[in-house]
Amino acid sequence: MKSEAKARPAPRVRGRRLGAFVFLSPGLTYLVVLLLVPLGLVLSYTVFQRGRFGGVVYEFTTENFTRLIDPLYLGVVGDSLRIAGLTTLIALLVGYPTAYLIAQLPSRWKTLALVAVVLPFWTNFIIRVYAWIMLLSGPGLVNSALGKLGLGPYELLYHEGTIVTGLLYSYLPLMVLPLYAAIERLDPQLREASANLGASAFTTFRKVTLPLSVPGVLSGCLFVFVPSFGNFVIPEMLGGNKSTMVGNLIRDQFLKARDWPFGSTLALALIAVLVALLVVQAWAARRA
Amino acid sequence: MSRIRFTRRLPAAVAVAGLALAVAACGGESSTSSDGATAAAAEQLKPNADLSKQSLQVTVWDGYTPKELPEKAKEKLKVSDVKIGLHATNEEAMAKLTASGDSGIDVAFVSGQYAQALNEQGLLEPIHAELVPNLANLYPEAGQLSYDKGNKYSVPYTWGTTGICYRSDLVKAEPTSWNDLLKPPAWADKKVTMMTTERWLALPALKSLGFSVNTDKDEEIAKAKELLVAAKPHLLAYDDTTFGDKLVSGEAVMVEAWDGWCPTTEKNIKFVVPKEGSDLWVDTMVIMKSSKNKEAAHALINYILDPEIHSWAAENINYKVPNKAAMERVKAPEGSLLGVKPAELLDGESIIDLGQASTKYTRLSSEVTAQS
Repeated sequence: MKSEAKARPAPRVRGRRLGAFVFLSPGLTYLVVLLLVPLGLVLSYTVFQRGRFGGVVYEFTTENFTRLIDPLYLGVVGDSLRIAGLTTLIALLVGYPTAYLIAQLPSRWKTLALVAVVLPFWTNFIIRVYAWIMLLSGPGLVNSALGKLGLGPYELLYHEGTIVTGLLYSYLPLMVLPLYAAIERLDPQLREASANLGASAFTTFRKVTLPLSVPGVLSGCLFVFVPSFGNFVIPEMLGGNKSTMVGNLIRDQFLKARDWPFGSTLALALIAVLVALLVVQAWAARRA
Repeated sequence: MSRIRFTRRLPAAVAVAGLALAVAACGGESSTSSDGATAAAAEQLKPNADLSKQSLQVTVWDGYTPKELPEKAKEKLKVSDVKIGLHATNEEAMAKLTASGDSGIDVAFVSGQYAQALNEQGLLEPIHAELVPNLANLYPEAGQLSYDKGNKYSVPYTWGTTGICYRSDLVKAEPTSWNDLLKPPAWADKKVTMMTTERWLALPALKSLGFSVNTDKDEEIAKAKELLVAAKPHLLAYDDTTFGDKLVSGEAVMVEAWDGWCPTTEKNIKFVVPKEGSDLWVDTMVIMKSSKNKEAAHALINYILDPEIHSWAAENINYKVPNKAAMERVKAPEGSLLGVKPAELLDGESIIDLGQASTKYTRLSSEVTAQS
């Protein structure tokens, strides 16, 4: 926000600040009470120990952090980065042309296309994941259709590819929407000027459209990467529990192992990775 | 535990105490602290308290008790209200019960080793046997469960074992051993599932190697891990909840299953306890120490032990109940597993909470599932 306070008379400023505070306070209260306080509590557990039968023993330890750098857990973080990264990359490759095309549509069709993009969100997430199981399972729709053509049955379910498919399907709209917003804002005259100056359609895209839509690309990637990285439902349902991602690991510490301190430490590591990504994204968006 | 019932079971109790020492020696935590502590902390409850001033909040698995239980119990016991909340898993119940000092829950249904862990954390009220006369309906074997000898803090509701549930029409040979699951023959490749909950994930491997399901020896757990990692490429999935559906659809031909979850009343679906042996699992009812309605809580447990109510689980969801009077009322349907005798069940090893060593199993399951 640019502060124009210096150019204005003081009383007005005070009024505006107070007004801003009044309007911000519900949101701020919500964030502090329902996000920061519980988060602070969870993070405070990272320096305590698990009781013998679960629970938290309030004795200081740094053991949780030394456990964190165990190759086993680093491997899980690596797998999660790979799966979330691959999902984000494919989402970008699929989402960019989609967003570009929607931005070119006449306005009547534009609205319809955007509704179509967000339509899946009107159905419960778990039900949509189950739908994939019904499509891909051994006796599922895809295999029975292929069977009629004399092909298959194929092992379509319960491997890493299925996890990427499920994540891609779930979060693709989160890639398309910010990209659409970024491309839609571009001044068509810029593209015309580029063409007038002799650039081919591809050069125009490479030199004009793409660089100007980078902030949208960055937001879209972040919106897809973050929930993919922490997801634990899809690896369980579509991956048949055969791969572990960070989300599964954290959930298992809290529920199965009843090891709140280590679960909190893993959660802190996850938050640290995501905050680092946000910082990178903000920096890259400023440079773009 | 009333004196009369105790003396009738004394020889068994002595034998079981010996077994407990043996279990403790191989890594079980026999709780000495809890007995002393709970005896001192046990409140004086009034057998003729006014229950109309008490209300109950119960947490139980979905579909595990009769739908009309709250209304019927309220009417019968004259308590002011009975509310039933649901949990999907033991883990979820534990999170509910341990997240704060007072969960607001009076009676909880959890499996034996979880009841033990709750008791070790000092969260359970001892069972005042004089308020639960229907304990007399239970089989003598129901007082010999190694996680809680003599039902000091938990009352068993259902019990059973773990084995292989299979499609007799799709297997080329009937499974007899845990190795049929761990090293499936070619015709069953990628058509097998195992459980993911850590102790049951380890069970087939530990049993096939001849180890205790409660082992805390690193080298034994490491050997089990090798077997589980080698088995992974031949599995369809790890599944705790929908393995029955996978058998019915034919996606899987053999699955690791709890007996009550194996749909043996369906055509061609059978259940076998592998020759290397298995576990004895028990789902129990416990009363939270934080409860303000302890007399009503005891009355509810007593009501559930009524043969008419307790037989519901056997008749409707195909679970064996440790209640002799209730089981005598039940006509077992074709193919059902209800006929297994309590003495046979006791051949299975009770899974107990291993305290500090239980993190070894968490690690084992992370290692197996993270293996690509």
